[in-house]
Amino acid sequence: MSDALKQTVADAFNEPACATNRAKSASERKKGCAKPLTPGAAAGGCAFDGAKITLQPIVDVAHLVHAPLACEGNAWDNRGSASSGPMIYKTGFTTDMTELDIVMGQGEKKLYRAIKEIVEKHQPPAVFVYSTCVTSMIGDDINAVCKAATEAFGTPAIPVDVPGYAGSKNLGCKLGGEMMFRHVIGTVEPSYTTDYDINIMGDYNLSGELWQVKPLLDKLGIRILGSLAADARYKQVAMMHRAKINMLVCSHALQGLARKMEEKYGIPYFEGSFYGISDTSDSLRKICSMLIERGADPELMDRCEALIAEEEAKVWADLEPYRPKVQGRRVLLYTGGHKSWSVVSALQELGIEVVGTSVRKATDNDKAKVIEVMGNANHMYENMAPRDMYKTLKESGADILMSGARSQFVGLKARTPWIDVNQEKHEPYAGYMGMVDLVRAIDRSVNNPMWEDVRRPAPWEEERPFAGYRPRVKDRCPVSGFANDPTDFEDD
Amino acid sequence: MARLTRPRRALSTNPLKSSAPLGAAMAYLGVEKTVPLFHGAQGCTAFAMVHLVRHFKEAIPLQTTAMTEVSTILGGAEQIEEAIANLKKKANPRLIGIASTALTETRGEDIPGELNDIMSRRGDLGDLKVVYASTPDFEGAMEDGWAKAVTAIIDTLVPEIDPLHRDADLRQVNILPANYLTPAEVEEIVRMVRAFGLKPIVLPDLSSSLDGHLAEDWSGHSLGGTKIDDIPAMAKSAVTFAIGESMAGSAHLLADRAHMPMQVFPSLTGLQAVDNFVSALMNVAGVDDAPPAIKRDRARLQDAMLDAHFQIGGLQYAIAADPDLVYALSSALAGIGAEAVCAVTTSAANPILDLIPCEEIILGDLGDLEDGARANGATILISHAHARHAAQALDLPLIRAGFPINDRLGAQDICRTGYRGTRAFLFEVANAVLSRPHVARPEDFGAAPIDPEFDHDRPQTTPH
Repeated sequence: MSDALKQTVADAFNEPACATNRAKSASERKKGCAKPLTPGAAAGGCAFDGAKITLQPIVDVAHLVHAPLACEGNAWDNRGSASSGPMIYKTGFTTDMTELDIVMGQGEKKLYRAIKEIVEKHQPPAVFVYSTCVTSMIGDDINAVCKAATEAFGTPAIPVDVPGYAGSKNLGCKLGGEMMFRHVIGTVEPSYTTDYDINIMGDYNLSGELWQVKPLLDKLGIRILGSLAADARYKQVAMMHRAKINMLVCSHALQGLARKMEEKYGIPYFEGSFYGISDTSDSLRKICSMLIERGADPELMDRCEALIAEEEAKVWADLEPYRPKVQGRRVLLYTGGHKSWSVVSALQELGIEVVGTSVRKATDNDKAKVIEVMGNANHMYENMAPRDMYKTLKESGADILMSGARSQFVGLKARTPWIDVNQEKHEPYAGYMGMVDLVRAIDRSVNNPMWEDVRRPAPWEEERPFAGYRPRVKDRCPVSGFANDPTDFEDD
Repeated sequence: MARLTRPRRALSTNPLKSSAPLGAAMAYLGVEKTVPLFHGAQGCTAFAMVHLVRHFKEAIPLQTTAMTEVSTILGGAEQIEEAIANLKKKANPRLIGIASTALTETRGEDIPGELNDIMSRRGDLGDLKVVYASTPDFEGAMEDGWAKAVTAIIDTLVPEIDPLHRDADLRQVNILPANYLTPAEVEEIVRMVRAFGLKPIVLPDLSSSLDGHLAEDWSGHSLGGTKIDDIPAMAKSAVTFAIGESMAGSAHLLADRAHMPMQVFPSLTGLQAVDNFVSALMNVAGVDDAPPAIKRDRARLQDAMLDAHFQIGGLQYAIAADPDLVYALSSALAGIGAEAVCAVTTSAANPILDLIPCEEIILGDLGDLEDGARANGATILISHAHARHAAQALDLPLIRAGFPINDRLGAQDICRTGYRGTRAFLFEVANAVLSRPHVARPEDFGAAPIDPEFDHDRPQTTPH
């Protein structure tokens, strides 16, 4: 790792806006929050993964991975962040480094030529260049290559110098944001601005969740000027410095960026969520009140309250038919961050019992909220090994597991209905309408008659009355030629 | 003979290849009570695991030595030792299969030496076996990693036999399936071997581990696969059959160890290819007739060929996959008159490339498939699920073959092997052709469209 990168990593860990950090002593803070990885027990993505996740939803950019094949070959095309237009972000570009390239030190030249080929063939507004473990280790200077390529081809080549071994996926998300702060944000001026311009950060428009919320903003006349990176265009990121406020959806990933934007451009930020009914309303109120502080017309708040009243009444009416179908069901929630609590209250409102929730990646604030909605801390889990989860599911009598895809098979193999609430999911659950979708998914899953069938014992597991002796079969089957006696054919 | 071209360019667009360590992990998963372990950064494992999960729709017990920048510089032996000890404690596997990655290979380490040292020093690991395959991401493709892992398993677990005292079990046959064979295809091969009264030992055997069955308990290692105790017993088999040219090296090693005959079947798709295999099975079984079921399957394939040749004869298609799979499918299609107008593959290491029935083989990516199919007028694409982007861009049907197939269910059940599988494959291709009826228009033949003056200017009540 170069010194510059090392410093970047240290800075990311030193984030003063991070609540966990603030609670630490000065010496503890110095150690950073990189947890040592345990060989044979580590799971999750690397820093490169995180940076890619954060930036890939910028849909008109060509994302070029400077690496041997696996980094992109095993990873491309597996996230469902939706685009309303350009599709180039779905194309997997990589320099596919060979052994010869590495040994001969041809990485930088190859990268330069790769950028050239992309610019010539696709003319994207920018090329994002990702470094990875191997290209970082052999010392390829992607910053220099990007600089030279930008000058030579006239298309910005943006270095994302976040190799996998720098740390965890979470760190990679932070560094991805940092790279935007350094190289992109503030480089393009919007042709006009309004008092109703906001940035949405830390949302990736997975299965189109942004679009479940956008109509609400549209109705209030609020414009999403900048986005990092839900359905974003390159220019939207470059113009982010002209928004009035920042809304931070996934606070852990981009909090540092939000703070830096506040310092440099004077844009205040808040952490909000569009999961759950009351959260959505709270976020809308917060957006409006902050915009009013920054110059928007105070009547915005009246319109906001009217909209909330109308939407909430509508969503509860839409949910009512599902109440008898889901009431009394027991849910084990295994997710992270604000999702630990944001959907809990709405589920409880419908008579669904939450038997436990995980608080991974959750801030102290999140944890306090969990206790508030759950009544106590007895049912909070940190990490849970698959084996324990399997056991918990079988023993707690949970009817549903709500988690990410990694735990999917723990649920299914325990013959428990499973609902995907993490980033790989195919259904959007954001905003008011998303809540109806979520409850519909619960109903569809938990009330599927298949569960009864799949848990039914096999005929040979059931006691059956003695049916008398039969003579042994000796003949061969006239069609297959196999002996009918299975011991002749099967060896086990 | 095919000519191999390597496009001279710096950029790969839409990768076709899956990496060698991933292939190795898949091979290890075909051995019972095994945990595959990647020696690399944790992202290497996370990506590969997600890839496997999305293809097989199963939990994949893939683990990592979690290399960081510091351990990369200082060397990873300690990480390996710690990982082995942790896995022993957590999952209690019988075998740990290690695959290296680009990261650790670029640094360069003497892992076999370190492993020897670790295993002799750690008495507490009991009868746990550890095998190691060197599989840098930057070299070869999935089938290469798979073959290297199988070779490593044989090298570690199959004993050397004294040729003078070789006591062969004449009814036992070793089967070494190539990477592209699905669980259902392995099962079909097993069925054929057993039909001749022979007992197969398959290494690795995905047909019992990743066939998509519901187990009774949760476990941190592979569910099923080749029995560990069967692996040393392979030395006693009458013969070793490798299915797929990429397995020739593994088969040679096994044959040398146990002084047994071996034979490589480059493909088991297509009448001729399956006939060769059946003939070999008859030799081993010492019979001059085949069971009625096999005969019936063959007769049905022949009839299917007659039915399907109307659609497949003269069909121009583009194919992209690992070499063994390209060969298996394209040779079968060539046998019924289809023409590969564009063939893209992933690894130059496989000598079967010379025999692929296409003028030019591109060592490339799905961008090459798209360009080649467009330029040469292909009407059908054959490749894995990521080629759906090309299929969409070209508006052509895509027959999904290879890894990954993550946008369809039942990838493990696809069977294009044996008489029955070939029959299914021919129907699949013919039906893809039939699904796109083409109504001829004057423009197709260079004729001018009909003068608008002749058009009826009122909407007609019925079509036509």
